[in-house]
Amino acid sequence: MASTFWPEMALPPPDRRGPAAAPVPFLILAGAGVAFFVLPLLGLLVRTPWGSARELLTSSEALTALRLSLIASLSATAIALLLGVPLAWIYARVAFPGRAICRALTVLPMVLPPVVGGVALLLAFGRGGLLGGWLADVFGIHLPFTTAGAILAETFVAMPFLVITVEAGLRSMDTRFEDAARTLGARRWTVLWRVTLPLVRPSLVAGAILCWARALGEFGATITFAGNFPGRTQTMPLAVYLALETSPESAIVLSLVLLVVSLAVLVGLRDRWLGAS
Amino acid sequence: MSLQAQIRATVGSFDLDVDLTIAPGELVALLGPNGAGKTSVLRALAGLLPIDAGHIALDGLVLDEPAIAIRLPVEQRPIGMVFQDYLLFPHLSVLENVAFGLRSRGVGRAAATARALSWLDRVGLGPEANRKPGSLSGGQAQRVALVRALATDPALLLLDEPMAALDVSTRVELRRELRQHLESFRGVRLLVTHDPVEAMAMADRLIVLEQGRVLQTGSPAEVTQRPRSRYVADLVGVNLFRGTARHDVITISGGGSLTAVGVTDGDVFAVVHPRTVALYRARPDGTPRNVWKGRATDIDLQGDRVRVRLQGLPSIVAEVTPAAVRELGLDRGDQVWIGVKATEVIVYAA
Repeated sequence: MASTFWPEMALPPPDRRGPAAAPVPFLILAGAGVAFFVLPLLGLLVRTPWGSARELLTSSEALTALRLSLIASLSATAIALLLGVPLAWIYARVAFPGRAICRALTVLPMVLPPVVGGVALLLAFGRGGLLGGWLADVFGIHLPFTTAGAILAETFVAMPFLVITVEAGLRSMDTRFEDAARTLGARRWTVLWRVTLPLVRPSLVAGAILCWARALGEFGATITFAGNFPGRTQTMPLAVYLALETSPESAIVLSLVLLVVSLAVLVGLRDRWLGAS
Repeated sequence: MSLQAQIRATVGSFDLDVDLTIAPGELVALLGPNGAGKTSVLRALAGLLPIDAGHIALDGLVLDEPAIAIRLPVEQRPIGMVFQDYLLFPHLSVLENVAFGLRSRGVGRAAATARALSWLDRVGLGPEANRKPGSLSGGQAQRVALVRALATDPALLLLDEPMAALDVSTRVELRRELRQHLESFRGVRLLVTHDPVEAMAMADRLIVLEQGRVLQTGSPAEVTQRPRSRYVADLVGVNLFRGTARHDVITISGGGSLTAVGVTDGDVFAVVHPRTVALYRARPDGTPRNVWKGRATDIDLQGDRVRVRLQGLPSIVAEVTPAAVRELGLDRGDQVWIGVKATEVIVYAA
């Protein structure tokens, strides 16, 4: 299931029929559907205080949230790459009992309410959690309500995107290139670094971008597991939510920044998602 | 350098059971229809397909012998392989592709680059060194694949359908070129192909493979003159029968019999060239010949000849002139008399 999930997002070209071919009720409902997506974005743009946008963005709270968001989301992406690429490779290449269950569990955070993820993380890494007490006692590591905790929460939610994208890439790759490399005397590690990973680079890049975008927007798991401390765990989405009460204008500006990032991701991955139209 | 192999392996739904011996300097072609197991033999020799039993030895060095748990990993075998669609690494330049094997085997960057360049020069591709494989023509890609395999100085060179990815129009020219390049290589050379013309043009010896078994081995002339399989007989375009000879009469296993001249008794193959098969409306008399009745199931114009497939005991293909077909008024489904002279039946031991 997951292995074919992303490549299928490249759509075949639509039929070239005129609008007259569509039933009228369909046209009306489809129009409402588009409006439903466009109106909120329009609202955001219309209400943006363009005059003071620069000022609001460079305010110390906004900058702090921005910096923290960048650090946390990039760290989460790095961890996801470190753990997720080997995981994807194993899912794609090694048949072992329980693989289907492992994969299902890996993908679960994609559909799990992030708040539940946060609670689950607390129960694992919190003070009284499965591992948390031991981590605190032996290493003096406290994860909840720290920046490291925010990174952990973002990784938990975002890594599945990387794993399934890279796995799909590895599965669709022609493995005879690896055979060719081995007949030329390359050891497994050389094959991996010089042939396999370069050949799945598009999937690696797409997976990393998706993962990063998801980490950047993470809210539920982060606020549940890491709390909402400015400069420590208050990432952009958290800052937006909080600012809505106190300073709606800066909330709007921060939202706009996240919107621009999302659009950039969409444009960057357009070939993959929307076909080369 | 010589290769000795006994390959027993299960590939998907069929069993591979192939014995190969290749002498030093010999260029052998493995010929067979699609799905005969040709590529599997190459993969087994390369170590990409584990064998269940038997052994593979190259010049005394045992590469595989399951019985004593020897199995040299692919990357440690002194082999070079040219894959069917070449499999040049698309993300590396032509030069990096050729240097890949040397680098993997621990040669320093500068030395590997120099050697790769000299290999490219040898096949006239020095100027293309920095291009990406995707921009090469089919013939250029083939030469890059060849020197990439040769650059590590292998003892055994395996070529899997090296001409299959090329345009038909350039094939003859490139085949001659490839043959020249292969001549300068001193190791054991094994070529896989399903194209008999290619096999005969390139190889010193043919091994005919069908359904994972060796059906025949010999020089191109031997194999075509005395086919021992329906596959080769069809390729060459002759009628092949198998039966038991006794007093110059061959009883064919599928039914019917043929009379020949001076045959040693026993299990035999009999070949009848379609051109020597004559067709008649009425039963011909006189002359010692094979005469029997058949029904024309297929009439096919090929160039200036007509191939007529006849069902009878035995079934046979005749090749006659269009004029003869008109004279006979022959149509599909018609009954005719078939005549073959005893002296035209070529018989050899099975």
